[in-house]
Amino acid sequence: MVELKNIYKTYDDKVNVIENLNLIINDGEFIVLIGESGCGKTTTMQMLNRLIEPTKGSILINGKDIRSVNKNELRRNIGYVIQDIGLFPHRTIEENISTVPLLCKMDKKEVAKKVKDLMKTVGLPYDIYAKRYPKELSGGQQQRIGVARALANNPDIILMDEPFSALDPITREQLQDEILRLHDDLGITVVFVTHDIDEAIKLGDRIAIMEKGVIVQLDTPEEILKNPANDFVADFMGKNRIWKTPDLLKAGDVMSDKFAKISPHRSVAQAIEVMRKHDASVLVVIQQNENGKDKLLGLVGPNRLRNVTDNSIKVKDMMKSDVTKIPFDMTLTEVIGIRDKNNILYSPVVNEDGELLGIISNTSILNVLSQIIPGKEEY
Amino acid sequence: MGFFGFLEYLSKNSEEIIEKVQEHMVLSLTAVILACLVAIPLGFLIVNHKKLSAVVLNIANIIQTIPSLALFAFAMPLFGIGTKPAIFALFLYALLPIIKNTLIGIRNVNPAIIKAATGMGMSKAQIMFKIEVPMAISVIMGGVRIATVTSIGVTTIATLIAAGGLGDFIYRGLSMYDVPMILTGALFSALLALLADFMLGLLEKKLTSKGLSRASKTN
Repeated sequence: MVELKNIYKTYDDKVNVIENLNLIINDGEFIVLIGESGCGKTTTMQMLNRLIEPTKGSILINGKDIRSVNKNELRRNIGYVIQDIGLFPHRTIEENISTVPLLCKMDKKEVAKKVKDLMKTVGLPYDIYAKRYPKELSGGQQQRIGVARALANNPDIILMDEPFSALDPITREQLQDEILRLHDDLGITVVFVTHDIDEAIKLGDRIAIMEKGVIVQLDTPEEILKNPANDFVADFMGKNRIWKTPDLLKAGDVMSDKFAKISPHRSVAQAIEVMRKHDASVLVVIQQNENGKDKLLGLVGPNRLRNVTDNSIKVKDMMKSDVTKIPFDMTLTEVIGIRDKNNILYSPVVNEDGELLGIISNTSILNVLSQIIPGKEEY
Repeated sequence: MGFFGFLEYLSKNSEEIIEKVQEHMVLSLTAVILACLVAIPLGFLIVNHKKLSAVVLNIANIIQTIPSLALFAFAMPLFGIGTKPAIFALFLYALLPIIKNTLIGIRNVNPAIIKAATGMGMSKAQIMFKIEVPMAISVIMGGVRIATVTSIGVTTIATLIAAGGLGDFIYRGLSMYDVPMILTGALFSALLALLADFMLGLLEKKLTSKGLSRASKTN
């Protein structure tokens, strides 16, 4: 665990570049620091490997103050990847990757094996690339080696300072996917600095949005998109953001919790009356469970109630009980897919315990979407 | 006197020629080696101090502007006559190109590489020996080559303070109006300079990593 406690950074006793910053990074977390240039994101990151020392405050890694550790020792155990890649041009790829392990006097055979493994991991086979020099590789390949070099000493933490921003979009996307895979496979903590919001949303378990040396919001990408802390965050994320990442919208976000309910034991005539009163085109048949929560039994609409004259027939006899229930955390894309495939008009949304939370209808989806469409025109 | 006359002169005086070539080499190479030992470490020491490196470069520049003949004369009160003052003067002369190229070589190292190395946990000394020296070596060697060629040329004047070398032939020939003698001195010092430059070129190539040479292909 990495803890930044009450960090201040001041240059020339004037401006606080970082002001009272507090941040806890959990083990194995992928955290993205994002903000405009000059917001202090790189400064914050470089404090973790002591390239920059805070003016005030302390930083603990696994409970130990990093100032109590030798600088170079500390850095050798924290992977570091920078935008300019910074491979050593006079050394072969193999020599580049083995730099830190050899500094740490690791066994040469072990290092050689590690290099082979790492090169395989980053998709550049040892036999082809090990003896090449950096300039003989493309930019994307070089940064893969940059990542391999940062992983060479088995660090628990890896710091990445806009590592992919100089690469072309296709290569960037590939490397993003790969770093995610590495993060999942190795369980390492990643601190990632970027100014690219798409990259942040794609990669971050949590995103810290920084402005003028302060973290203005620290949360999961979903939360930040749905509930931006202030106008700055909303602007920064961009109003159209949700369209680029529709998977962030879940069933729970597009359902309506206003729907007409009815008990299974009511008569058909009563049901028609309820529908008329609520101007509803469907009724949700529910029963309260022992916790007093609504349990879904089925749906009933006018087509099933029409022409029923026998008053002894109850709602429960006429309702459609084999309705497709949607878990509340299903993505909107999946919901729409299911509805489209099975020609469903009304989809009840339930939680883990099967309790009813709301109903998704075309209207409810449109209502939610219209709220997040920017620049609504008035009619 | 024809070409064959000149050859005859050479064969008649071969012993003295070999002796003078040796003297010449000892003078100029000793000076350059001493200059390397001082200038290269000095360059590394002062490269990060802007003011200090400016002062050092200025001093070396001023030395360079002193006419070589005058420099030999200045060295005499300190070391008398003979090889010592000559080597001292040549040494001072060789400093500037080596210091200058050392500074340029180190400053040319991409700061991103130093940043990466620092972030990886390399100490200052490790960065110097494992990164800066190997990356700057071809530029430094360029300075050494210039210093060596210049030094071999200037050594011809060392004869005036009785230090010997191929200058002996030239000045004796001038005073006796002996053209073959003058030619011998000039030709051999030129050959010596070319040979030294060629050898240092080979050394430079050997010391420079393949990853840095411009010749090999880029992807």
